[in-house]
Amino acid sequence: MDATIPQQEIDPGLLAVLDAVSDPEIPVLSIVQMGVIRRAVSTGGNRVEVDITPTYSGCPAMDVIADDVRAALARAGFEAQVRLVLAPAWTTNWITPQGRAALEAYGIAPPLEASADKAALLGESKVVKCPRCGSTRTTLVSRFGSTACKALFKCDDCLEPFDYFKCLK
Amino acid sequence: MTAAAAPDTRTLADFVIGMADNDLILAQQLGKLCGHGPNLETDIALTNISLDLFGQVRSCFQYAATLLGNGATEDTIAFLRKEHEYRNVLLVEQPSLDFGHIIVRQFLYDVFHHLLLERLQFSADETIAAIARKSIKETAYHVRFSADWLVRLGDGNDESRARAQAALDHLWPYADEWFLPTAVESAAAAAGIGADLPSLREPYQRKVAAVLREATLELPADTHFRKGGKQGIHTEHMGYILAEMQSMQRTYPGMQW
Ligand SMILES: [Zn+2]
Repeated sequence: MDATIPQQEIDPGLLAVLDAVSDPEIPVLSIVQMGVIRRAVSTGGNRVEVDITPTYSGCPAMDVIADDVRAALARAGFEAQVRLVLAPAWTTNWITPQGRAALEAYGIAPPLEASADKAALLGESKVVKCPRCGSTRTTLVSRFGSTACKALFKCDDCLEPFDYFKCLK
Repeated sequence: MTAAAAPDTRTLADFVIGMADNDLILAQQLGKLCGHGPNLETDIALTNISLDLFGQVRSCFQYAATLLGNGATEDTIAFLRKEHEYRNVLLVEQPSLDFGHIIVRQFLYDVFHHLLLERLQFSADETIAAIARKSIKETAYHVRFSADWLVRLGDGNDESRARAQAALDHLWPYADEWFLPTAVESAAAAAGIGADLPSLREPYQRKVAAVLREATLELPADTHFRKGGKQGIHTEHMGYILAEMQSMQRTYPGMQW
């Protein structure tokens, strides 16, 4: 299934502008790194079309993201039409390697592979790494965290609670 | 077997709205629990599930609004219908009497919801298929959460077990209505857009039985199943839910966030 998921299609001239728009809930991450921008193409003159896709259906950040995209492109001289697309459904595989690194540096453990994620969220295995001290002696506190995309863990070594970005495939 | 002709736009809109009404009413019930969960983590989980369901509802109602035209919006569909125009099953409107009821209601719905979405992923209607593929990932989490808690309550102490069993005795009679197709659902299924609902009964009961066994809970004997919600004939609880849910739109017509 993964092989059929199209990559992001972003005109090189728009990439820098869009990469400067951050995710409203995770400000260290750009919406490009997050995989939320699926397509951004020029349609002639200063007009561009941008497709965005939600991480979770109820993600309250989508309206803000659409506004931010329009505003950022307007500042760069473009007039953007932003469309919300549902298919193909977003997956955590679309978070770029830079995005994963930014998440971890920010204190959010990046998503594991599906099977490891399942075991972690069932409390069966200690594989989620504490983003503060690097220990894998961590415990699931709640499968649901501060936002729809995260679960809550705590570290048994440094004792800090932290968010884990759940795998969505 | 060849699929029947595509249903007319009105039937398709009714199908989409009907399938989302369960999520709408349950999401409203869960949203009301914000700040009332038995502990912080559960409180956050229930409101997260509420948010997922509201998101799924929005996708459905936005699609239905484009089908209906005539100035319909997701808000007019959600807030400005009369009680008998809502197509949700009776289960989701049953009150949150205690945490046992909240979890049993959630579990009974989540298992059905997941089975339904498994089928709708392959709907002949592209938008419905896209919504289902998006939603099923979230619903898989909901089932894990509610099944997990049902086992914890049932296989817990005497108090939690008694409450979970009482909730199951109370709510199980509402867990069959969704398998009885309405005319709209039959038309959608015949066209390959909806699911063959009666065929979900067997896998549903198997999944429920497996979790109940682990939870050491038992289904009540000789159940007389209740129905009527999908025909718009609701229980007395529905009016109170709608009164609260619709109050802003009724007080300030056309208001938007
Ligand atoms: Zn640590």
